[in-house]
Amino acid sequence: MTAPFSWPVLEMASVVKVYASDPPVVALDHVDLTVRGGELLAIVGPSGSGKTTLLHVMGTLDRPTSGSVRITGLDVELMSERQLAALRATRIGFVFQNFYLAEHESVLENVADGLLYSGVGTADRRRAAAEALERVGLAHRARFDPTRISGGERQRVAIARALVGRPAIVLADEPTGNLDSATGISIVALLEELNEAGATIVVITHDQSVAGRLPRQVRMLDGRIVADSIALAASDARGNSHR
Amino acid sequence: MTPPATEVLATRERPVAAAARPVVEVRRLQPSTLFRVAALGLRTRKLRAALSALGIAIGVAAIVAVLGLSASSKAGLLAEINRLGTNLLVVTNGQTLFGHTAELPEQAPAMIARIGPVTQTSYTGTVTGDVYRSPLVNPITTNGLGIEAASLGLPRTVGAKVKKGTYLNAATASQPVCVLGAVAAQRLGIDHIYPGERIWLDGQWFYVTGILSPSVLAPQIDTSVLVGFKAAETYLQFDGHPSTIYVRAYTTQVTAVHAVLADTANPQAPNDVDVSEPSAALVAQADAKSALNGLFLGLGAVALLIGAVGVANIMVISVLERRSEIGLRRALGATRSHIRIQFLTEAAMLSVLGGMVGIAAGVVATATYATAKGWAIVVPSLAWGGGFGAALVIGLIAGLIPALRAARMPPTEALRTV
Repeated sequence: MTAPFSWPVLEMASVVKVYASDPPVVALDHVDLTVRGGELLAIVGPSGSGKTTLLHVMGTLDRPTSGSVRITGLDVELMSERQLAALRATRIGFVFQNFYLAEHESVLENVADGLLYSGVGTADRRRAAAEALERVGLAHRARFDPTRISGGERQRVAIARALVGRPAIVLADEPTGNLDSATGISIVALLEELNEAGATIVVITHDQSVAGRLPRQVRMLDGRIVADSIALAASDARGNSHR
Repeated sequence: MTPPATEVLATRERPVAAAARPVVEVRRLQPSTLFRVAALGLRTRKLRAALSALGIAIGVAAIVAVLGLSASSKAGLLAEINRLGTNLLVVTNGQTLFGHTAELPEQAPAMIARIGPVTQTSYTGTVTGDVYRSPLVNPITTNGLGIEAASLGLPRTVGAKVKKGTYLNAATASQPVCVLGAVAAQRLGIDHIYPGERIWLDGQWFYVTGILSPSVLAPQIDTSVLVGFKAAETYLQFDGHPSTIYVRAYTTQVTAVHAVLADTANPQAPNDVDVSEPSAALVAQADAKSALNGLFLGLGAVALLIGAVGVANIMVISVLERRSEIGLRRALGATRSHIRIQFLTEAAMLSVLGGMVGIAAGVVATATYATAKGWAIVVPSLAWGGGFGAALVIGLIAGLIPALRAARMPPTEALRTV
């Protein structure tokens, strides 16, 4: 069981993010974090603790003020804006609290849009989308409009869109935030399932009950990582971090 | 998690070199994909898109219709001129060196008729005198009409038809009988020939035997009352000198005849003779007419400008409203140029759709009016090509600033939930 955790997909070393305001806001304060392939972890903390900034920096949507970020070994600092966009297109998947689905497109097209900027042809995009929908258990909704399906199903569509290109890492920002708790649990179960099938997933949440279900929890407060369950269990066997 | 493992391990060995290379390639959207994405943006706000495209449509329709109508009316006029023949030459008495009205010799028509390629000659002579419906009409109400002595073949030579009644003949030419030009008949209030119908010419009654149709090539006949040469001499103190001679020649010889007409008409004073070619003058007039279109084209341009403002407006609003879409697309891997081209394509598409509707409307308007007028339907390629091009350019210009704004928006700001 050590094989899936062999190589790091995300490495952050003393990452600092300061927003230039008066007074300057330190959103991330020397964050060190490594996510290895095949991991499923929660980044948990109260609002204002820097979770969203961390997600943006992890997802290359924003650059750190200092420190280094590597995605699949590639140093973000050395890459141009265009290269980062291409990196996101091929190696990073995003899931948002508000789903962000296009209402006038079918579920299948929405999922296929996950590959829009990766250079995959239309037919291949659709094929991959159908496959991804199957993985999230929504193959029967492919032709529906997103307005005609439930909130939980919408989030599954968004997850399928994030997974469609088989990215190295999936970043989920409060994926259960807009859902009732039962639906939220089903989404977490889906993420676990996908993780077991090989996906590397980072879930950002303020919800302790969601975080508690995941094998690794990274706790943030005031821009710092104050606890990391894998660090606590580092010497331990991997088994006990998994439910 | 097998796929990228080997590659990543490789990059870890020499991370800097690996990262400095463009390890991930930026892909352009295929045109079909780009159009689908842009069309999706428009479909999402159908009504607003339609309304802002309407402005462009009205402007383009106005321009296409103006150009189409002027081209069609010109084609109609040219067809009419061709039908009437381009071989008519008109000889008129000009002015002497001292500014007096010159006279054509009485023998001029006969001399011209002897020119080889001349096929027909007819002539009129201006008679002094006023025309009234009856002696009771106030003498100052002349209606701007004149009396012309006319030869018997005149309608055939100038291509005018006798609308009502009959033209002068050898018998009536010496009697107090007259034929009315189209405008003269209208101004005198005569539209039918009744037996005994008569008008008051220079102090005596003349019987009306016919009314002519409007003459395109010799419009001066329209405002005249025509009488026979003999009658004019007998009853109206006419001196018998022709003032205008209408000459038909073989079409291929018109230029040659034109060259010798003045000398033939008045060998003693050829400079006192004016020779003109009415069909050529009318063609020039048809060309000059399009200058009037400037005003309407200007109005069309203003409509287009308003349309452009409409498109720019909807695109700016669209960028504000679609912040989260922009953020999502950036997260999915869209570059700034992907976003820019998407919004630019949307604006161009909107404008071109409006333009195409406008072209269709302009063509329909032209076709309807031209058909009603009996003209050939002509929509010059400048009209529809220019309309289409204008719409495209306007779309691109109007979409430029919104597209730049959309592309400039940082993804983190675009994704912020308020």
